[in-house]
Amino acid sequence: MLKMVENVFKNLVSKPATRMYPFEKREPFKDSRGQIEGCEIDKCIFCGICQRKCPANAIVVNKAEKSWEINQFKCVICNACVEVCPKKCIVASASHKTASAVKESLKIVQAEKPVEVEDASKVTA
Amino acid sequence: MSSTVIPFGPQHPVLPEPLHIKLVMEDENIVDAIPAIGYVHRGLEKLTETKEFTQNVFVVERVCGICSVMHAMAYCQGIEELMNIEISDRAKFLRVIWAELHRMHSHLLWLGLLADAFGFESLFMQVWRDREKVMDIMEETAGARVVISANTIGGTRRDLSKEQMVKINVTIDEIKKDLQQVEAVFLNNYTVKHRLVGRGILSKADAIELCAVGPMARAAGIPMDLRTTGYSAYGQLDFEPVTHPDGDNYARTYVRLYEVYQSIDLIKQAIAKIPEGEHVVPVKGNPPKGEVISRVEQPRGEVLYYLRANGTKNLERLRLRTPTFANIPSLIKMLPGSQLSDVPLLILTIDPCISCTER
Repeated sequence: MLKMVENVFKNLVSKPATRMYPFEKREPFKDSRGQIEGCEIDKCIFCGICQRKCPANAIVVNKAEKSWEINQFKCVICNACVEVCPKKCIVASASHKTASAVKESLKIVQAEKPVEVEDASKVTA
Repeated sequence: MSSTVIPFGPQHPVLPEPLHIKLVMEDENIVDAIPAIGYVHRGLEKLTETKEFTQNVFVVERVCGICSVMHAMAYCQGIEELMNIEISDRAKFLRVIWAELHRMHSHLLWLGLLADAFGFESLFMQVWRDREKVMDIMEETAGARVVISANTIGGTRRDLSKEQMVKINVTIDEIKKDLQQVEAVFLNNYTVKHRLVGRGILSKADAIELCAVGPMARAAGIPMDLRTTGYSAYGQLDFEPVTHPDGDNYARTYVRLYEVYQSIDLIKQAIAKIPEGEHVVPVKGNPPKGEVISRVEQPRGEVLYYLRANGTKNLERLRLRTPTFANIPSLIKMLPGSQLSDVPLLILTIDPCISCTER
């Protein structure tokens, strides 16, 4: 019991173990699996391996449309797609996705090659 | 005397998960208990038949978050046996390190829940503060806190660097020191002992007859631990199963508390002995036609995986029996004769994982 008393006194003078979230946020660890942020669409060859390997069926790749789509609310963040991608064009981030009011999926369409407008290449559906 | 039926659960403050038990009471005493499960059935066994065998690693991990490493380990070991894959020694040690970290966090979680169940809030906070250190190690080394997806068929998905191993060593030393401070409260405190000693006794004979597994069996004096069979790298590590002869709530607390120390010791041994090498071997082709049974010791006891492959990329059948399912008969045996006020603690001491049980 005396050992616990030592603990009690230590707790009285030490800082709390918790953080004042959301004012104080912990930096995510370097290789933490936070979320799949998207795809570097210009590198993507639309092979569809990520779609086939995704255990949650969260990714839809359309070769005809040249689009890559992920439902981040279906995604289980296993990062299997990042590992299997032959072009390494899927972007994983260590920070978590925050809550969202609308549960829509993120669709990225590759622009036609001659067109050189960068902003138009990212269309969120 | 006429009896009253009191429904316990599926919603109850002590239960993190929906277990329903109909308690037949005479006054304050329980004369019979009728369990009902089936509130969180998700059909994961069926789902595994529609997924590729490589994807199933992620599915079986989600059978139970708290023992996800061991679920994936059992599944991967089964598939590796089926496909005759020899994984590297380093991968075996890495699996042991993550599995023991997982056992630590599961037992610390349980100790916290126990403290919460007998109303000792500050003890609960102390234990969970230490648990958080384990979660941080897991996020740093494997990428996630609970469902860490560390295993893959052919080895592990990530490797541990020298610095990470040093950090694990330092952190588990801290946890050991902190736990030694609260250990006396769990084991020697008068009030706590009053709630634990002599309550919910499961005799050795009953434990054998009802096929109790894991800490339940070990707390009844049966030195039954699958890790002693030496799967993965456990054969190269030195340890003895923690047992206690009494079979009551106190014995189960004792076993789980000392298993945290045992896990700390096993991680230290594994880090000291880990060989250099590749952490994953490439896997080609599909599992050939055949069936295999794979067993692994989870924090709650023994999990059994039965896998049947038919030569395609999908498995024909995956059946798993989780430790809580095996321990429910013992729970039903313990309940009659005890008092209503002891029921929450009794249910908690089997460390129920209902979503595991129902899959």
